Amino acid sequence: MKKDLAAILSALETGGQGIVASWVEEAGPKDAAMRRSMESEAGEIAKALHDALTAGADPSSLQGAAWGELKSILESLSRSRAARGQSAGDTSLFMLAMKKPLFMRLQQHAGSDSAALMESIWTASTVVDRIAQHTVATFQQAREDIIKRQQEELLELSTPVIKLWEGVLAVPMIGVLDSNRTQIVMETLLQTIADTESGLAIIDITGVPTVDTLVAQHLLKTVSAIRLMGADCIISGIRPQIAQTIVHLGIDLQGVTTKATLADALSIALQKTGWRISRETREV
Amino acid sequence: MERIPILRMGSVLLVTIQVDMQDQTAMALQEDLADKIAKTGANGVLIDISALEIVDSFVGRMLASISGIARILSATTVVVGMQPAVAITLVELGLSLEGVRTALNVERGVQLLQRARRETAVGR
Repeated sequence: MKKDLAAILSALETGGQGIVASWVEEAGPKDAAMRRSMESEAGEIAKALHDALTAGADPSSLQGAAWGELKSILESLSRSRAARGQSAGDTSLFMLAMKKPLFMRLQQHAGSDSAALMESIWTASTVVDRIAQHTVATFQQAREDIIKRQQEELLELSTPVIKLWEGVLAVPMIGVLDSNRTQIVMETLLQTIADTESGLAIIDITGVPTVDTLVAQHLLKTVSAIRLMGADCIISGIRPQIAQTIVHLGIDLQGVTTKATLADALSIALQKTGWRISRETREV
Repeated sequence: MERIPILRMGSVLLVTIQVDMQDQTAMALQEDLADKIAKTGANGVLIDISALEIVDSFVGRMLASISGIARILSATTVVVGMQPAVAITLVELGLSLEGVRTALNVERGVQLLQRARRETAVGR
């Protein structure tokens, strides 16, 4: 084993709990809970680093099987920090805070041999930098995964086309309708109509907070497109305030079937498709 | 120039558009259809555009005017099988084809024509 590595190993070893305590001190935790979590994290990392170097891992890069344990610890650490909303800077600073106590121990170990000290500090510095870099990279990856998942969820949220009955589709619109979203809803709905050959579509706008001329225009466009494909359309979920707004704005909804609730729309839809629902009268 | 065939099924004329419509083809179809309705005395016209992927304003207007011509010759026009992309394009072009009947597929188009015929028979 090379001399510089041996020096680092002995620094990690003789330090033991010592390096963890001064490392956490260097990182500067804000409260007791944070100090405790930092202590356990630092302990794990110091141990994994020691094990990896003992197993003969190459200190110049984090490639290779010997680093696996340390890397998985770093990855889970940066994932949990990303989930807690801490910044990548804080996370890498925590890793870099290892340097000062480590270097001090290396100095004690080397004594007056400045050439050996220089060499061991250089190796130690490289390893710590690699660790910090890896943490930041994983941290960002974790963040990006979160963002990507949320974007997908949002997009799915905005366009659920539900089959209510044989030949009856429903789209519950939720949130502010802009051109982009209406476009997606319109495309998904029309495609589903074409795929399922449903003769009736219900657009429910209960979840739409406001209806202005632009939103009304979007709705009318969707209704026209549905009609062009040969299907019928009902708009439901028109609240009293929205009915007033529509009239005040002078929006012409003639030729469009409108209903107050989705239940009313469904019953009209069933009537149009020839279904009849009867309630069984029972002795109580 | 290719002409689009017009098939006769009883009192209904069936037109299946399977090529991209050029302006010339559209004009020819309009003329042929008018001749054919007058000659056969058909009371229904089915235009199947399910294979049509691209439309422009000219084709959209052609559909509307065919419907108008047919109505004058006392035939009902039903446009069937419009693709979602085509429907969106027509709406964006401001052509909502008021007065043209539509259906999801040929089968439902035929049903629609039969219903329309019954209604006019009752009206008489």
